[in-house]
Amino acid sequence: MPGENLITPENDTDIELDFADVEEFQKNHEKKRKKSSRRNDGETTKREKGRRKRSSKSTQRIREESQSRTDGGETGRRRRGKAEHEVKQDEGNEGKWEQTRAKTAKSKKNIKNEEKKLEVEMNGEAQGRSEKGKKKLECAKNEGEKRNGDKHKEIDKACKKKKKHKEIVEISSEPETSEEDEEEEEEAINDGELRPELLSPEELEKLKEAVDEKKKLIQSLRGKPWSMKKKLITLRDSQQFVEKYEGALGKGKGRKLYAYKVMMTKKWMKFQRDFENFKTACIPWEMKIKEIESKFDLEWSIFIIFFINQSFYRYIYSFYRTCFFFFCFFKQALVGKPYGSIPRKTVPRAEEASAMDFAVLWDFGGYAQYSVLFYGYYNNQRAIGWFKFRMPLSYFLVGVGTVAYSYMVVIRTMARNANESGIGDDNSFNFSWKMFTSWDYLIGNPETADNKFASITTSFKEAILEEQESRKDDTIHLTRFLRVLANFLVLCCLAGSGYLIYFVVRRSQKFALEGLENHTWWERNEVNGVRKSLLQLVVVSFNLPDLKYGQSHFFAKQRWLLPGLPKGNIWHMCNKRVIIIIIIIFMTFIFFIQQEFVRLIISDTMTTYITLLIGDFLRAVLVRFLNHCWCWDLEAGFPSYSEFDVSGNVLGLIFNQGMIWMGAFYAPCLPALNLLRLHVSMYLQCWAVMCCNVPQERVFKASGSNNFYMAMLLVILFLSTLPAIYTIVTIPPSFDCGPFSGKNRMFDVIQETLESDFPAWFSKVFSYASNPGLVLPFILLMILAIYYLQSTSKSYKEANVELKKKLQMQNEENKKKNKQAALKAQMDLEEAKKSASEAMEPQRNNNASVQRQEANDEENHNRSRKMHHGCNPSARADDREPHLPVRGPGPRTYHNGNHGNPRYLPGYHQQNEPSRMYRVPSMQRH
Amino acid sequence: MGNKQTTFTKEQLEAYQDCTYFTRKEILRLHGRYRELAPHLVPLDYTNNPDIRVPPSLIVTMPELKENPFRDRIVETFSEDGQGNMSFNDFVDMFSALCETSPRELKTIYAFKIYDFNRDSFICKEDLQKTLNKLTKGELTPEEVALVCDKAIEEADLDADSKLSFADFENMISKAPDFLSNFHIRI
Repeated sequence: MPGENLITPENDTDIELDFADVEEFQKNHEKKRKKSSRRNDGETTKREKGRRKRSSKSTQRIREESQSRTDGGETGRRRRGKAEHEVKQDEGNEGKWEQTRAKTAKSKKNIKNEEKKLEVEMNGEAQGRSEKGKKKLECAKNEGEKRNGDKHKEIDKACKKKKKHKEIVEISSEPETSEEDEEEEEEAINDGELRPELLSPEELEKLKEAVDEKKKLIQSLRGKPWSMKKKLITLRDSQQFVEKYEGALGKGKGRKLYAYKVMMTKKWMKFQRDFENFKTACIPWEMKIKEIESKFDLEWSIFIIFFINQSFYRYIYSFYRTCFFFFCFFKQALVGKPYGSIPRKTVPRAEEASAMDFAVLWDFGGYAQYSVLFYGYYNNQRAIGWFKFRMPLSYFLVGVGTVAYSYMVVIRTMARNANESGIGDDNSFNFSWKMFTSWDYLIGNPETADNKFASITTSFKEAILEEQESRKDDTIHLTRFLRVLANFLVLCCLAGSGYLIYFVVRRSQKFALEGLENHTWWERNEVNGVRKSLLQLVVVSFNLPDLKYGQSHFFAKQRWLLPGLPKGNIWHMCNKRVIIIIIIIFMTFIFFIQQEFVRLIISDTMTTYITLLIGDFLRAVLVRFLNHCWCWDLEAGFPSYSEFDVSGNVLGLIFNQGMIWMGAFYAPCLPALNLLRLHVSMYLQCWAVMCCNVPQERVFKASGSNNFYMAMLLVILFLSTLPAIYTIVTIPPSFDCGPFSGKNRMFDVIQETLESDFPAWFSKVFSYASNPGLVLPFILLMILAIYYLQSTSKSYKEANVELKKKLQMQNEENKKKNKQAALKAQMDLEEAKKSASEAMEPQRNNNASVQRQEANDEENHNRSRKMHHGCNPSARADDREPHLPVRGPGPRTYHNGNHGNPRYLPGYHQQNEPSRMYRVPSMQRH
Repeated sequence: MGNKQTTFTKEQLEAYQDCTYFTRKEILRLHGRYRELAPHLVPLDYTNNPDIRVPPSLIVTMPELKENPFRDRIVETFSEDGQGNMSFNDFVDMFSALCETSPRELKTIYAFKIYDFNRDSFICKEDLQKTLNKLTKGELTPEEVALVCDKAIEEADLDADSKLSFADFENMISKAPDFLSNFHIRI
């Protein structure tokens, strides 16, 4: 982007960005065109009107018409004439006619004068019946006329040429691209102006294509690297174009359909936009998150991404569920039997005395147990109310549907993450990536920025050291030792935690059997406490390997002692173990505590808040205020402020979500409860983070771990749906199983519905379909398909690796070749010059080196001049070639070697080519 | 923003929505932020598209840009005059390109422009040195800087002209795992 181009053309700066005023802009380009486009609007219809009138050949009428018609119609005809004039100028009579026309229009001092002339003309036409004049008048309306068709084609061709011309221009990117664009637009309008009904199918097709192109342009406009002004102008023009010609497309029957389709797409777009607006309006915490993000760069952003993903998804999901269950609930309240009407909705007499005690309610006993929160409250009648609302069936379907939906969301998110993070792994761009992608643009907090600067510097120094020193043997031994140690520790943790959980859960079962009332608060919430602390342990072990390979500032210094410590996959190795721990912890939970979800969630929330308050807030307060009267610096020294612990929080979220999934089937209002909890905890956490946490000083790789958390979520989801499905399929519902009480199995509701609500053949088909003889082969087929897909993907992967290797080799070879070729070319040039100068002027021999310099300069100059014209960098290789001869008689092979080089990237060429057109103007903008 | 007075017409808002990755609310918020920078300069009413530019010295005081080592380049890149004087359109453009939803291709183009300090359509050694010094606040020794620049060019330069063209840059950045997550500003 050369300096000259930075200054936008004069006429451009004058342009006010006007939405309403098309003419203002176009005035700057072409006056003629301006006039025409102004009149474009009313033209088509008016011309049409005019044609119909004119078809009756009475002079009277023509006169009437010419008098009554306004300026618009008049110029419309003139305009049409002009278009033809452009195409064929050879017809003398017409030319004359045309000229008088033009004069008429130009001298529009007063309309009367013009009308007079018109009248004269019309009279002349009517009286003299000059054949050509008549033809002229009719030529636009006669469909069948060959000549006319030719004309259209000619215009089309002209238009096409223009287009091509424009493309060329854009590729070479002359400064007037926008102008060309305008012209093209105009041309297109001219083209379309020929009435749609009169167009041949081919032309219609072309017009349609043009409209579609415009539409596509509108769609992709936001991704164009143009200035906003240009985008706005293009948008407006394209919209006008589409607006104008869209309705004209389609023929006969198709037309109505087309119009309908257009209308629907319009509506759909509008709806989408509105929905987008609505969606953002629904997220009230956006600003808060942004604030935090600017303070806690990457670390937080994972959490945030996760949180947003989760919470948005939960938003929908909870909304959906609560809607449904509220519906159920109201139904229940309005129509269904109220509390106390049937035995399972009544608190047993023995418990009635204590049913309202807080302690009992806290544990969701007493009245709470019989509330709408749990599924025991729901009716088991097949259909209730006036609508014949099928309660058990919908209960069942919603339960299953949400699980399916959750799976879908998680997997889709994972796939998207995997897509976004790209190929990633290979280390071939270590330095350039560090250079161009290490700064986090989100950072807006000075402290964080300082940390980031420091960590970037460190990472550069590390990379330099790594580069300078080859790996030493003793460090490898050390690494191995550390690895073994880490694994051993992790294994110990795993065994210990497994046992602890087993122990605690056993104990709690014992307590439960004895009755909870006889035990202390701790004993009752022991399981949760243990779970929490184990989670903490997991988190610590998460961070441990991180320390080991020296990302932490603790080890930053030691790192200098152990240079070349491989940045290997210790972390990933440990991750697997951590997952195992988590799974074990979770599994134990699943099988021991089934009915306590609600209580668990509540107490979990409480412990979260309490640890937040004590661990973060109290600590921060103490550090801040005791610092004045303490013997060492508390803020910088030992306790300091707490750091925000991403992994712990994300894990917490995941567990929480797992519990919701598990419990939702039994306690339908759980998601709603969770939503509430989530909001509260988010605001609390945001506050705590902003006021008492400091940004972490560790570099954290965001991209890698993102999907890791999602994978964990998936595992948890699977684990939590297992027991639910198990109960659905195998255990007969008990007496207080709400909608399903009295059934043999929960899924009986489906059969019931099939039998009574659908025609007989349907249930027959269904029973055939669910026959094991059909299901088993189907499953087998699916497994085989999965196997097949997996093996193909594996082979693709291998091919990819192979290609990558080849590419690298080729690159290196090319580089070498290039260097050699350049050397050789220079030498050749030198020699040629030498011989030439020896032949011509012996004394210039001494200046050969200077000349060579000059030649190079010239070449450079040429190239940079090209660049100044805004040529696309990607087209550089081609640009270079034509200049090569300047260097003198270089060997032919050089050309080939050079040319092939940047294009060798597979897919690169294709990728680059179509977008080039659009990119160019942008490069040129500045 | 929340005022009764209209800032944009409905058509304007829709046009902006078509041209950027923002929703209505965000555009209005952007206008609010823009106006905050220079309340005496920027009117509340934008229905007639006033041609107003806010100087770069004011733009870089935004908390979103304040700490960014490349803030001056960002502002220059997105301003129409190349000097950093930003009209509201440029302002919206900037945050649209840097927002979360904008695609990798667009971001790559603008990133290239930002890192191309001398605007010669190549990232040459000089540009790399500047980038590096900004990133590390000049804490690396000149030898280290030279080494890093050499390595970076060696890695990414495909056609051995010892500078990075856009094609080189694009190829390199398309594989970078952190580019998308790092090259974005939330407004």
